[in-house]
Amino acid sequence: MAATEIARQAGEGARAVPLAGHVGFDSMPDQLVNKSVNHGFCFNILCVGETGLGKSTLMDTLFNTKFEGEPTQHNQPGVQLKSNTYELQESNVRLKLTVVNTVGFGDQINKEDSYKSIVEFIDTQFEAYLQEELKIKRTLHSYHDTRIHACLYFIAPTGHSLKSLDLVTMKKLDSKVNIIPIIAKSDAISKSELTKFKIKITSELVSNGVQIYQFPTDDETVAEINSTMNGHLPFAVVGSTEEVKIGNKMVKARQYPWGTVQVENENHCDFVKLREMLIRVNMEDLREQTHTRHYELYRRCKLEEMGFKDTDPDCKPFSLQETYEAKRNEFMGDLQKKEEEMRQMFVQRVKEKEAELKEAEKELHEKFDRLKKLHQDEKKKLEDKKKSLDDELNGFKQKKTAAELLQSQAQQAGGSTTLKRDKERKNKPWLCTE
Amino acid sequence: TPHSCKTVPGPGMGDFSYVGIDAILEQMRRKAMKQGFELNIMVVGQSGLGKSTLMNTLFKSKVSRKSVQATSQEKIPKTIHIKSVSHDIEEKGVRMKLTVIDTPGFGDQINNENCWQPIMKFINAQYEQYLQEEININRKKRIPDSRVHCCIYFIPPTGHCLRPLDVEFMRRLSKVVNIVPVIAKADTLTLEERDFFKQKIREELRANGIDVYPQKEFDEDAEDRMINDKIREMIPFAVVGSDQEYQVNGRRLLGRKTKWGTIEVENIAHCEFAYLRDLLIRTHMENIKDITSSIHYEVYRVRRLNENNTAVAHANGLPQHHMTSHEM
Repeated sequence: MAATEIARQAGEGARAVPLAGHVGFDSMPDQLVNKSVNHGFCFNILCVGETGLGKSTLMDTLFNTKFEGEPTQHNQPGVQLKSNTYELQESNVRLKLTVVNTVGFGDQINKEDSYKSIVEFIDTQFEAYLQEELKIKRTLHSYHDTRIHACLYFIAPTGHSLKSLDLVTMKKLDSKVNIIPIIAKSDAISKSELTKFKIKITSELVSNGVQIYQFPTDDETVAEINSTMNGHLPFAVVGSTEEVKIGNKMVKARQYPWGTVQVENENHCDFVKLREMLIRVNMEDLREQTHTRHYELYRRCKLEEMGFKDTDPDCKPFSLQETYEAKRNEFMGDLQKKEEEMRQMFVQRVKEKEAELKEAEKELHEKFDRLKKLHQDEKKKLEDKKKSLDDELNGFKQKKTAAELLQSQAQQAGGSTTLKRDKERKNKPWLCTE
Repeated sequence: TPHSCKTVPGPGMGDFSYVGIDAILEQMRRKAMKQGFELNIMVVGQSGLGKSTLMNTLFKSKVSRKSVQATSQEKIPKTIHIKSVSHDIEEKGVRMKLTVIDTPGFGDQINNENCWQPIMKFINAQYEQYLQEEININRKKRIPDSRVHCCIYFIPPTGHCLRPLDVEFMRRLSKVVNIVPVIAKADTLTLEERDFFKQKIREELRANGIDVYPQKEFDEDAEDRMINDKIREMIPFAVVGSDQEYQVNGRRLLGRKTKWGTIEVENIAHCEFAYLRDLLIRTHMENIKDITSSIHYEVYRVRRLNENNTAVAHANGLPQHHMTSHEM
């Protein structure tokens, strides 16, 4: 049987007791690990950096595989975040890895708002988790965690200093995500320049108050390696999926006419250090910091923003949940009301316009009727006039015919005075010739 | 942005070299060792059934209430008390805060009506405390977990069947906590009597719709089911407790010495203590805690949140469906 263990000093309310033999709860870490293995793990990396700094290649190199990806376009108006999820497996560990890339970062002429879409993306993932956490019926243990656990910030290998875009972006991100700054394509810099560059970067970060992720030094098993690595930040990396024969081995490398840069050679670059820190030593700590520090901060700010306080006596115990719900419902209600209002207004406007048009139409009709009537009146008048003229004409014709008849009769009869007299009577004085 | 899931030929295959993803297991183990574990076990049963002794036997140390408090003249209390004692124990670098919750007075009265109430209340109070902390704006990094992970129910070794009190208690409490029934002081039953008794108990549990741990509906996969089916065929475990060691065949073993022989506690031919210990501590401890937090606690939380919504809705004169949104 196992030897008796001396128990440590107890915490609050508990006393330390020695065990008289092997109980068996030392299997707890194994039980926990087994549960996690069955469940699978999830890790989300965000790569921030300008176009062409080798972000995709570095991911391929880190995880030893060719991640699918369409060549990204560089004519987008703003910074877009493209995320892809992959299922990887190594021995019995299944990892759901999500790699998020910033497309178009640094491509714009005006980069003032470049950081905004990144911050928004990170916040969206926190929000999704918060929503799930606040749900009444929730399934946290099967929730696919999309919160960003590590942000690799790619610094261009200028050899001088950080760009202002870099400083601004990192400052905006440092309270939201674990930032690990790396110098990309570092084979462009000589070793001496690199040392100066790293010092400059570190001092600029410090003087601007940018909090980058510190590898944890509280656990004695890894304290030493972590603190050494902390001194090597930012890591100068080179990525490559091409293999070159060195000696009798095939290694990942970049081949130049003047020599070959070996990715996994620690004299050539810090790739191995990055892989060690990011994956092999601190993956779990990165996940934990994201959850217990960055997410908690987001949650606290979000809830305080909505007006919650811990000390409110009436509000306990569920104002958080139910008032969050209520506020959301209220907001939705407001939205609906606004929508309704707008709809009403629209309907009203349509009605009014319709009425206007009807009115105009009516007027037009009236006008038309009036004109028609006028036209008809005119026509009638003219017809009447015509008729009267015709009548006159007919009358005249009749008279003329009658007169001619009398005249011819008179001529035949030797002239008839009656006719003449009639004629005289009828005709004008000057027409009378006799 | 839409997520796509693509399976990529994993590393460690063919020419690919080692990435180191599986190092996360070691990282998790390290974290667990650093943080330590919490376990809260409640023991329920009439006086004299050996609850305290069994706890001491399970954890090979004086963890029970009686070991802590002066019990010079143990009087059976007139009502049910809930007494909770915590200990820090360590084994091979693994630290655990063990809390044993005792319920003296349970089932000891003449009229035991509603004796489950104070226990139910206590269990719910722990859920409530956890919930309160969880919904704080400024909340602790690690919410202290006082929720009862497992309730060991001691059945007196009558050999016949469950008593109405047993049925009533387990029926009610199995809905809110993991119940592990055990036949106490099983050294008074022969093997045949024991098997008969167990079968009767299992039948009665089934007939009354009582789901004891491990509950069938929470089996995660076929492998789980296979392991748990075997356990379900054996419960309730017939146990004997002891914190005295005796010399048996040249070895010092925990046991009970009688005139007709020594009962070896950890000998599975004598009693099923070892199975209970393995279940509770060596194999299913994480699972017991998991079921408590992801199922029992969540059920409590849903009920509480709905309760409050109804209350607030009524207060505001709103129809209830306004408050509980699409999540339901």
